[in-house]
Amino acid sequence: MPSRGPNEGEKGVAHLPLTRRTMLGAGAALGLAAATGGRARAATPLTVGFIYVGPKDDYGYNQAHAQAAKALKGMGGIEITEEERVPETNAVEKTMESMINLDGATLLFPTSFGYYSPYLLNEARKNPKIQFRHCGGLWTEKDPPNAGSYFGYIAQGQYLNGIVAAHASKSKKIGFVAAKPIPQVLNNVNAFLLGARSVDPSITCQVIFTGEWSLAVKEAEATNALVDGGADVITCHVDSPKVVVETAARRGAFVCGYHVDQSPLAPQKYLTGAEWNWLPIYKDAIAAMQAGKVPEHFVRGGLADGYVKMSPYGPGVSDGARRNADAVKAEMLKGGYEIIKGPLKDNAGKEVMPAGKAYPEKAPELESTNYLVEGVKGSV
Amino acid sequence: MSDDLGLWSVPLAILGGAIRVSTPFLFVSLGETITERSGRINLGLEGTLVFGAMSAYATAVLTASPWAGVAVAGLAGGAFGLLHGYICKFPRVNDVAIGIALMLFGTGLAFFFGKPFIQPPAPPLPAIPFGAWSDLPQVQAALRVNVLFLVGAALSVALWWGFRNTKAGLVLRVVGDSADAARALGYDVDRVRLVATALGGVLAGIGGSYLSLYYPGSWNEGISSGQGLMAVALVIFARWNPLACFGAALLFGGAGALGPALQSVGISQGYYLFYAAPYVLTLALLVATSSPDRVLAGAPGELSLSK
Amino acid sequence: MVADAAPSKLAADRPRALTSLPLRAWLARRLEALAIPVGAALVGFLLFGLFLIALGKSPLQLIDIVWRGGFGSPFALGNSLQRAAPLLFAALCVALPARLGLVVIGGEGAIVLGGLAAAAIAPPLAGWPAPLAIPLMAGAAALAGAVWIGAVGWLQAYRNVNATIASLLMSSIAIALANHLIEGALRDPASLNKPSTLPVGDAFMLGPMPVIGVHWGLGCGVLACVIAYLLMDRTTLGFAARIAGGNVKAAQIQGLPVGRLIVGFTALGGAFAALAGYFEVAAVQGNANGTLAAGYGYTGILVAFLARQNPLAIMPVAFLLGGIEASSGLIQRRMQLPDATVLVLEGLLFLVVLLSETLYGRFKPFNPHLWTEKREAAAAGGAA
Repeated sequence: MPSRGPNEGEKGVAHLPLTRRTMLGAGAALGLAAATGGRARAATPLTVGFIYVGPKDDYGYNQAHAQAAKALKGMGGIEITEEERVPETNAVEKTMESMINLDGATLLFPTSFGYYSPYLLNEARKNPKIQFRHCGGLWTEKDPPNAGSYFGYIAQGQYLNGIVAAHASKSKKIGFVAAKPIPQVLNNVNAFLLGARSVDPSITCQVIFTGEWSLAVKEAEATNALVDGGADVITCHVDSPKVVVETAARRGAFVCGYHVDQSPLAPQKYLTGAEWNWLPIYKDAIAAMQAGKVPEHFVRGGLADGYVKMSPYGPGVSDGARRNADAVKAEMLKGGYEIIKGPLKDNAGKEVMPAGKAYPEKAPELESTNYLVEGVKGSV
Repeated sequence: MSDDLGLWSVPLAILGGAIRVSTPFLFVSLGETITERSGRINLGLEGTLVFGAMSAYATAVLTASPWAGVAVAGLAGGAFGLLHGYICKFPRVNDVAIGIALMLFGTGLAFFFGKPFIQPPAPPLPAIPFGAWSDLPQVQAALRVNVLFLVGAALSVALWWGFRNTKAGLVLRVVGDSADAARALGYDVDRVRLVATALGGVLAGIGGSYLSLYYPGSWNEGISSGQGLMAVALVIFARWNPLACFGAALLFGGAGALGPALQSVGISQGYYLFYAAPYVLTLALLVATSSPDRVLAGAPGELSLSK
Repeated sequence: MVADAAPSKLAADRPRALTSLPLRAWLARRLEALAIPVGAALVGFLLFGLFLIALGKSPLQLIDIVWRGGFGSPFALGNSLQRAAPLLFAALCVALPARLGLVVIGGEGAIVLGGLAAAAIAPPLAGWPAPLAIPLMAGAAALAGAVWIGAVGWLQAYRNVNATIASLLMSSIAIALANHLIEGALRDPASLNKPSTLPVGDAFMLGPMPVIGVHWGLGCGVLACVIAYLLMDRTTLGFAARIAGGNVKAAQIQGLPVGRLIVGFTALGGAFAALAGYFEVAAVQGNANGTLAAGYGYTGILVAFLARQNPLAIMPVAFLLGGIEASSGLIQRRMQLPDATVLVLEGLLFLVVLLSETLYGRFKPFNPHLWTEKREAAAAGGAA
């Protein structure tokens, strides 16, 4: 939180009438420049807006985006405007409009899944000259042409987490703290177990749903319940994994991270983690805008594209585990890696994939996963 | 290596959960009992709890001492209590409404100043391994008892005894039951209530420090999920009896552990409903123990709740 | 719970004051009711300004931002009005029971259940004419909220269970129940990563109001406030409720059906709150999902208390708070202050306005009974 002296603030106010007059024109960014202390700026900087559903420093989902936004700030010719803790209600429409009208933003990244329909769609129709790119992969050809989406195949990271977890587990039980039984989460749970089973087919994974994206006490209780049930490696898919990582480490279990690198929270117990790397996506979109082009409408990718990466291995990872995980990672980096591969049953005994068939990472069917694979304890 | 307890893990998890989760409920409800015994209700303890959690965590990060964090949380809580107690002495000022305002204010201040402390890790409060006798890691974990839990347990006995057997306890109860009687006896009603509300705030602040420094042991903006408010509900359910507060807090903590524990043994349908178990339980017990005709047994006569 | 008898008593005095005192005295009392809360709000802003100065931020910049973000342009006004719409309904769920002395803080649960009920009844109505289906959806919402908060009133009136606590518990239960249904029995299988009910369908969606551009929840919310005002201040029923709120025993002696009044007014409050949920579904989101619990119920408590439980005052207060919340984003972006800044400001305003309750009846120009006591007071040596 940079703090400024009252004098500077008053200077900002002195500029305001001027700002108000010029607001409707192209000089809307002047207000921002004045408010940020009159920093020198390029002739017509591109203003990019980021909207987060939670705090920017949550050690999780929002931080992953905010880190990328922060890295962009060093680039020339752009201004970044950010707002955190914007709820998934029509308030986000107003935030988008405000960024467009008052900050002069022409490229918006509303990063939370629930922002898309109806809010982002409404704003995209209202502001055809503004580009909207949403994190989550929901855009289709039917949606406005100035909207689009991007997402990463992070299940690959959870698969690698599973491999490392299997090598570290002595009880052959691993655990997953999950927010809600939705396809993105189920894909991660399945990948974690399948990665572990690629090492040892006897491994099982217990999943506990907390029902909310961010609920500290429940996440801690779920972690404890998993460890009590015998799990000795824990990972999660909640917005802020900090509590899960710390609680698991205190209970003596190993942890695999999610969203961002959480190794500073548990240096001894952190094995590795599946991280987002949004920076290349944001850089590409900005470069397109600066070149006067429309950014890609539909960007998706995994490890091979650099949108997903792994945390460095922790001290608990054996050499065998490293070699195993690195070998699979090398395969994934070639692209088209198949995690869901037949023959495969769900945990109720129903066949979900016949022998000889498989879903590569880009398979659209993965968008509607509604099962947990055999070996996962829990139900959708 | 690890023993599978099967369904036995559920009662064990509830026991462990009761010990882990109950402490904030216990401290807030004991604090609220002191306040309500004086004839005032402070609904703002939720805000005090959250601010206590933040200030404790921040202090522990900055000084590397969790106990300094507990002390600061207690002081901050006391300050909020004093504010409530002072404001409510003015005629026509509604203590319930001031509580709601302080809930907002305390939470707001905690979030405002807490931003830089979401990320850095803080040293946690120590725990005592009462389960060392057991070979089962689950039992060992369930019986790792934090010092604050023990302090809370001792405090509930001390308050129970103190309300009956000390002059301060008697004065508090007289003020809570009839302000007129207390004035006739020469007691300064406002001052007694001020002190009682401040003490309530101190305890709620310490309860908050448990949240951020022990369990779940982290500072973020979703740390409390309304535990301070629920603790105020527990006081009514505990009939303003500190010993019953202890029992109620354990029950509430244990009920909170039910949902995850049941999922871990394979009962995974309808977890939202299991998560609501503590609320349903409290409501059911409130309804079952209330009666249309009489005022709640044990209710301080001056309390707006029981008028 | 009889929270605080004094304001209700004052309120009950008002009709007598109206008839027995001249216009000037009536006007003075009205002015008092306006000047004290406005003055208190100004003090609240002033205190917040000091807070900002202590942090090295400029209060003038904040004023400018709140003006630009919440009020100073058609866009800002629309933003504030949009945020005010659900608060109108949510505040009524606090204000109506408050007249009977009950502090109900569980409106959030009624909002969620109302939205869920409206969304649940919509698919079976598909193909019906909208003028028939829309009132049915709103009715289903209102019924759900009326039952839920009415139950709180019933528990208070007939089982002596404290309404504040019961409504809080019921709210948590309602949200859990709604999540359970939204992610279970009522889930649209096509709602993949954002579990939701089936869409209500474009035919049953409400468009924006003409000119203002804000959804119809605003217009209906204003109407609800006016209806609530007329009911409370211009009918015998409302008068009976205020007597019961002031003194239960006296009301019972006069033969007033206190229990039924409590159930009726809490149910009405719940129905209003549930309409906020209905508009969230039928005018904003198009289905019911987890974001129905967006916290409007809690902000509604704040609005009702700042408006001193007066349905007419709820309108400007909701607008003011809507404006403050609308400027929250600009406060983050322009002043580099955290989002919680608005919470601190709201908490301060709330505290100061509540504290100002104690000032009523103390200022001579506003209080006719002090006019005549002037000479006596002077004779007694000029007491305060």
